[in-house]
Amino acid sequence: MMLLSIDLGLVIEKLVLIVVVISASLVIAMYTTFAERKVAAILQDRRGPNRAGPFGLLQPLADGLKLFFKEEIIPNLSSKFLFILGPALAMMTAMMTSAVIPWGDKIELFGRSISLQIADINIGVLYVFGVVSLGVYGIMIGSWASNNKFSLLGGLRAASQIISYELAMGISMIALLMVTGTLSLKEMVLQQQAGNWNVIYQPLGFLIFLICAFAECNRTPFDLPEAENELIGGYHTEYSSMKLGFFLFAEYINMFISSVIMATLFFGGYDMPFVNETLLSPNMAALIGIVALMGKVICFIFLFMWVRWTIPRFRYDQLMHLGWRILIPLALFNMLLTGGVILYFHK
Amino acid sequence: MSEHILLPEGSIEKQTTTLNLGPTHPATHGVFQNILELDGERIMQATSTVGYIHRAFEKIAERRPLYQITPLTDRLNYCSSPINNMGWHLTCEKLLGVTTPKRVDYLRVIIMELARISDHLICNSIVGVDSGAYSGFLYVMQFRELIYEIYEEVCGSRLTTNIGRIGGFERNFTNAAFEKLEKFLDEKSGYPAQLKEFENLFSRNRIFMDRTIGCGPISGERAMNYGFTGPNLRAAGIDYDVRVHSPYSSYQDFDFTIPVGTTGDCYDRFLVRNEEMWQSLSILKQAYQKVQEFKGAEADIFHADVPAYYLPEKKDVYTKMEALIYHFKIVMGETAMPVGEVYNSVEGANGELGYYLISDGGRTPYRLHFRRPCFIYYQAYPELIKGGMLSDAVITMSSLNLIAGELDA
Repeated sequence: MMLLSIDLGLVIEKLVLIVVVISASLVIAMYTTFAERKVAAILQDRRGPNRAGPFGLLQPLADGLKLFFKEEIIPNLSSKFLFILGPALAMMTAMMTSAVIPWGDKIELFGRSISLQIADINIGVLYVFGVVSLGVYGIMIGSWASNNKFSLLGGLRAASQIISYELAMGISMIALLMVTGTLSLKEMVLQQQAGNWNVIYQPLGFLIFLICAFAECNRTPFDLPEAENELIGGYHTEYSSMKLGFFLFAEYINMFISSVIMATLFFGGYDMPFVNETLLSPNMAALIGIVALMGKVICFIFLFMWVRWTIPRFRYDQLMHLGWRILIPLALFNMLLTGGVILYFHK
Repeated sequence: MSEHILLPEGSIEKQTTTLNLGPTHPATHGVFQNILELDGERIMQATSTVGYIHRAFEKIAERRPLYQITPLTDRLNYCSSPINNMGWHLTCEKLLGVTTPKRVDYLRVIIMELARISDHLICNSIVGVDSGAYSGFLYVMQFRELIYEIYEEVCGSRLTTNIGRIGGFERNFTNAAFEKLEKFLDEKSGYPAQLKEFENLFSRNRIFMDRTIGCGPISGERAMNYGFTGPNLRAAGIDYDVRVHSPYSSYQDFDFTIPVGTTGDCYDRFLVRNEEMWQSLSILKQAYQKVQEFKGAEADIFHADVPAYYLPEKKDVYTKMEALIYHFKIVMGETAMPVGEVYNSVEGANGELGYYLISDGGRTPYRLHFRRPCFIYYQAYPELIKGGMLSDAVITMSSLNLIAGELDA
């Protein structure tokens, strides 16, 4: 009886949206790998991939195809079920985050007003945090199941790193939540319309969040879990074929999603400054919104790559030092400051 | 299947992990093995193994005429093989009592300093790669390519050069070689500009400094006890440089300084190598200027007059009896050496590279020993990394400039 009471149109609408969002984030992640190689090439005075298709645009497809056709090697002494579960979990959690992100404003189609967000849940931020924390399980399980010391070291590094940086990230979030007063991502975006972005109120919070996002994505300078010079491949040393592909892909999806989250939380989400959306037709406004969000995301992704190809990585103890002794106190200070300012203005 | 695995006695109670860093590991840049006892990521105990690519060069050399030993020296420190070649030729010349013309000396200095730069740039950029910053490596790599092109102009090969002959060079430097050298030395578009950029990327980078300062340090005294030489010793504060203390190949004609560090850690080694590249550039400029000063017939001198060891020109071989005899004797390795015992060393790119040659008057050396600096550094490696983290071990290895080919000979 419950099923019948649900609006069938809504189900179809959401299903279509889910398919679109998932395939879009997959395609974007694919082309992020391509962008990474091109950006690296530009930064290193090289040309980058340019053989497959015009400007090498088919390179990600070729890479994917190659990974699918590669022989799958599962180490004899590994725990097979967990060995397969690892990359699956990494991929799954990476994909799940996109559910709560508002991609744009409402659009009008077939006489329906469709919200460009899969689920506007009132604890959106908490959901994101929860799912992102689960992501490390994929790495941990995969590395442990590989039965390789280098993998295990990578897994341990990943676990401790993500736990440490999640704290600072969470505390910097609390300060932001004090400003916005809501946990729903949609609400946050609506509050930030017309250039009233949260980054203006929370510059320090944003900085902490950005650093933690680098750590959460295992990107340089926090790419210790897979430091190829020390740990060969870190947690994915023993992986081959598409299971390796899943790990790498999950990393790029995570990077994309973190960029989206940062754009949403601090840079007004789909808000395009200096454009009055109310004057445009709703569909046009939604389109501009998506373009604006993607523009911001591309900037962030470029920042991720720029940093990766410029600076060295931390050592394990320095990473912990930065996380626990610098970022967490700073985040706490930011929280206190925000609280104080809010209290002052409310009086 | 896992139930059939029997763990060694006491391995469950053991609180440390044994980890094989090498022989096939991306960070070892060659075949070394280090058996580490790790407590978490901290290295409690390290044992290093040598001999994975031992090719018995010293033994092989006992069956070869002098000129055929040059290709063996190529394969010692293959990042700077011209220095090895020159060192070997100088050793032979010392045994045979040959004095080389000034122009040959200066040309040799050019080649040796180019080799030093090519070696240091690889070493320093690999320190960058091992600390996670890849881009600097490719920046300077473009200029190693240019150095290799200069080698190509001079001797025809790139990595294992086999450059020069006993008494000088096999042919004179072409104009193309000098043009490439000018291109390399150009302040705006050449190596100096790129080196500046490379230094900007690393020298004051906070993360890089944190990673390398205090990483794998060695005191001057300890380094001396081990027999350290070259940049690794100078980074520990001791200004020993073979080029200055016993000049060879007319190094006394050049004006340069020896950079020294204080702590002997990875950062000091990095800075010392960078500064040495600047000094090498200055030597290159001086040497190029000196070579340009030779005019007319003097500019055609590229080898000493050692008919018994230096191959005669082909046209002479066909027309002159003497030349034909020498040609035959040299190619067949039939020239008997004077009896003697010499030690000659050059400032190799990563330390004092010595050749100890004993001749009993035969056609091949009675005994030849290579003093390979890497072999000495590697003895100290376990001590340097003990107590550090796994990441430190990797950086220390690359900053000592350990080259497997030289280590194992």
